[in-house]
Amino acid sequence: MPGHGSDGLELSSLQDLYQQVILDHYRRPRNKGPLEGATHTLTLNNPLCGDVIDLMLRVEGDRIAEVHFEGKGCSISQASASMMGSVLEGQTIQQALAVMDTFTRMLHGDMDAAADTDLGDLRALAGVAKFPVRVKCALLAWNCLDEMVGPGATPS
Amino acid sequence: METPDSTSDHTPAADYDIERIRADFPILGRLVHGFPLVYLDSAASSQKPYSVIQAVDAYYSEIHANVHRGAHELSIRATEAYEGAREVVADHIGAAPAEVIFVRGTTEAINLVAWTWGAAHVAEGDEILLTKMEHHSNMVPWQILAGRAGAVVKYVDVRPDGSLVMEDYDRLLSDRTCLVAVTHVSNTLGVVNPVAEIARKAREAGAVCLVDGAQAAPHMQVDVQAIGCDFYAFSGHKMLAPTGIGALWGRRELLEHMPPWQGGGEMISEVRLDGFTAAPLPHKYEAGTPNIAGAVGFAEAIRYLQRTGLERIHAWERDLTAYALDSLGAVEGLEIYGPKEDRVGVISFRYADIHAHDLATILDQKGVAIRAGHHCNQPLMNHLGVDATARASLYLYNTRSEIDALVDALGLAAKLFGVA
Ligand SMILES: Cc1ncc(COP(=O)(O)O)c(C=O)c1O
Repeated sequence: MPGHGSDGLELSSLQDLYQQVILDHYRRPRNKGPLEGATHTLTLNNPLCGDVIDLMLRVEGDRIAEVHFEGKGCSISQASASMMGSVLEGQTIQQALAVMDTFTRMLHGDMDAAADTDLGDLRALAGVAKFPVRVKCALLAWNCLDEMVGPGATPS
Repeated sequence: METPDSTSDHTPAADYDIERIRADFPILGRLVHGFPLVYLDSAASSQKPYSVIQAVDAYYSEIHANVHRGAHELSIRATEAYEGAREVVADHIGAAPAEVIFVRGTTEAINLVAWTWGAAHVAEGDEILLTKMEHHSNMVPWQILAGRAGAVVKYVDVRPDGSLVMEDYDRLLSDRTCLVAVTHVSNTLGVVNPVAEIARKAREAGAVCLVDGAQAAPHMQVDVQAIGCDFYAFSGHKMLAPTGIGALWGRRELLEHMPPWQGGGEMISEVRLDGFTAAPLPHKYEAGTPNIAGAVGFAEAIRYLQRTGLERIHAWERDLTAYALDSLGAVEGLEIYGPKEDRVGVISFRYADIHAHDLATILDQKGVAIRAGHHCNQPLMNHLGVDATARASLYLYNTRSEIDALVDALGLAAKLFGVA
């Protein structure tokens, strides 16, 4: 096939997309499994590709004490859910929503957002911005969070 | 479909001029992310040859007007073009033009049957028999109908290799069965179902049989009389035609007695304040201004397939499918779904622990277009115990070197994911 065989540009954006951190969260997800004493749970799926995330929170006062998830799907959706827990546990709901906002801006290509250290491991997902159809994968777990504790959520 | 030289080891389609065929499809010349397009997603929708694009273009440039309405030259010509297209489609599947209804595609064809024949004939306690491998479009319309009518939907089991459990069909088919609806070819596993046997048994049980031909009509010569079914549904866009056009074939006796579906212009012969008289077949089921240009393109697509020869296309695809199964089968950690033989070139697979969406994204960066996901086949995927597969689907314009490009791109995925 003419043109095949050079791993140039396409390889570098793919390497940005599939960083080791992401593959590590995909293969060894943190906080995966049932959550005892969960105060919030919500399952969302992505009907187009079949990714599923079941997000569980244990909220104490206005603080997110624990985040667990169950799910199946692509590396981006699963890694994003796994990283969410490591970043959000112990934060207030307000702080968590601010992280969500920064994360969402990063996925839409905002360079300043991508430099924000509050995002922790989540910054590894900055490469998703170059693959617009995959943004919804990265946001699936966060849509659960938003529906459960975001501004439009009904108080539990 | 056996070809005489199918046992010889040289390519069975030595007289198949692949370069000329590829040159007929303008899109195949383009680059994607800097690489030549390797289009392996024809089961979702095929690409279009110049002759189809030109037929649509010429129709709009020289002929267009509304059909069946005017006494002026263009309307007469447009009506001729539209009805001429119907003859081509009908002739192609061994049917009479009055039995061929133009629809948007397979989905609309099946819904038409569910809302007309179904509304008139399906009653409480009746059973609708489907298979677990049906596309959502041959499942959901029947679930809706069953919900309305109080009927029961039952499903014939599928073996791990994708074949239907025919003993299960025999067991489930009874005098309560009012309808059997089955796909001719599976859009996920490439299995070719024994539709003639299924239709014969349905008839013996007094049930009506609908065959979903969306994945069969593009690849094989379909003869609705030989199949012996009552309805046959297929989409133009999967067989070189434009989107938005397809056909429903129905047995005349059934079409005559079904109630109309959508009401409006075209579908009436008379309207009074106290009611209407429906138009004769096939217009009874074609309310409103139809997709005239689509029908014209559909007819040209069929002519293109006929000129190229469905037998020869089939032989080419069979060779290519065998090559693809061998090449993919040789990739360590890659698992192929579906049967080894008697299948079309719709190849679902999984590769190590790399999710199908990740594969599709990576392959796309090398210009290789495949589909990832559940392929509108969620119950089948659940049955097979997978949440998503990657699917490469082949058509008349694909080549062995494109399969090599696919395998090569899988190598990149392996590298990125650190798969040995
Ligand atoms: C087996 C099968 N049935 C039905 C359909 C629906 O066809 P369409 O979307 O053209 O209506 C498809 C295509 O996606 C299919 O593969």
